[in-house]
Amino acid sequence: MTVKTSIPQDEKLSAGHLACQGCGATLAMRYALKGLGTDTVLVIPACCWTILAGPAPLMSVGVNVVHSPFACAAATATGVSHGLRARGNEKTAVVAWAGDGGTFDIGIQALSGAADRDEDIIYVCYDNEAYMNTGIQRSGGTPAGAWTMTTPGAAGAERPKKDLDAIIEAHHPRYMATATPAYPEDMVRKFKKARDIKGFRFIHILSPCPPGWKYESDETVMLSRLAVQTGMFPIYEVEEGRFKLNVPVAKRKPVAEFLRRQGRFRTMGEPEVAAIQARVDAAWDALNKRA
Amino acid sequence: MPRLTEDPLKTPLIIAGGKPMSANKTGNWRSARPVIHEEKCTGCMICWKFCPEACVTIEGELPKIHMDWCKGCAVCVQECPVDAITLENEEAP
Ligand SMILES: Cc1ncc(C[n+]2csc(CCOP(=O)(O)OP(=O)(O)O)c2C)c(N)n1
Ligand code: SF4
Ligand code: SF4
Ligand SMILES: [Mg+2]
Repeated sequence: MTVKTSIPQDEKLSAGHLACQGCGATLAMRYALKGLGTDTVLVIPACCWTILAGPAPLMSVGVNVVHSPFACAAATATGVSHGLRARGNEKTAVVAWAGDGGTFDIGIQALSGAADRDEDIIYVCYDNEAYMNTGIQRSGGTPAGAWTMTTPGAAGAERPKKDLDAIIEAHHPRYMATATPAYPEDMVRKFKKARDIKGFRFIHILSPCPPGWKYESDETVMLSRLAVQTGMFPIYEVEEGRFKLNVPVAKRKPVAEFLRRQGRFRTMGEPEVAAIQARVDAAWDALNKRA
Repeated sequence: MPRLTEDPLKTPLIIAGGKPMSANKTGNWRSARPVIHEEKCTGCMICWKFCPEACVTIEGELPKIHMDWCKGCAVCVQECPVDAITLENEEAP
């Protein structure tokens, strides 16, 4: 008997990988590969996924992987793409797959260069909002108020999350999109779509991380969904400059419903929650004007 | 050392997906196990869709969890829309 499913059944993520229980980044990869298919090369800089891809010769993904130094996922992907194209291969998707540390901070120069040159790559940032693989240090993707190993104390991180999507959009990419594991159909569709576009493409995935965000592993998909339904992480795409909101949220839930489930915001006071609510409200006013 | 110009341009030694990580049985990470109650399960396969281990299969009418790899994260328990999956403590052998 064949069961009908809303996403493809072909599985390119292998069980037995080394991710923590409930890791959002493995769901992200699972859906990405369903959209990309096997004719794909992944370029992975230092991040949790360096480990999750498997200790060679074991592999948890059924596609080729190039491991790159931390700062140069986009540059390495550029090289792989040029090499393949020089050999007449126009088809293989070259995908840089980096964390937020490797994207917002350390790899941003290479990323900006590749975006500006309109390289034929898909750059994916799976954003778990800190340097998780080395034990939860703050990155430019960490939101204000979050506890990390390098932002200890009740106040947590001082600085707001860097607006990476605005930075990328300022490079006029062919295609850019946001996604998160609670919406697998949306994510698979975006990877399929990105695959068929030539030039620079960017996908930003919010990726809940149980040990880093300090919540029980069963709430990964729930938190991913709450991030969208509270409006903290809007799901949209921009194709050749045209903006489209993919998951409209008619009645946004209070941001507290997302924040209060996570230990990393445990010591956050009401004024700080209200400030985040005000920031999200303002961001949605701007989004609604574009949609 | 062979010179670069003599490089035989061999294909990579590691073939993608040739040796999958499934050789690594992660079931022993688990301290609690998800149990599907078949009388309640509607076969919607949402547990399959959201399993971070890709260790739920859907060949039959009902999903099957492969305990050799299930880490007991309980995402499936949380996401099942009809509460057909419960989490039971594992007993130490
Ligand atoms: C140049 C360099 N500096 C530091 C490290 C150590 N390091 C490895 S992974 C990592 C954290 C990566 O964080 P992020 O990019 O957010 O990915 P995540 O681990 O959170 O998935 C760090 C600091 C390194 N490998 N190379
Ligand atoms: S630390 Fe977080 S992102 Fe890294 S493997 Fe664990 S759950 Fe996944
Ligand atoms: S408990 Fe986690 S690993 Fe086990 S079947 Fe459910 S979702 Fe998959
Ligand atoms: Mg990170």
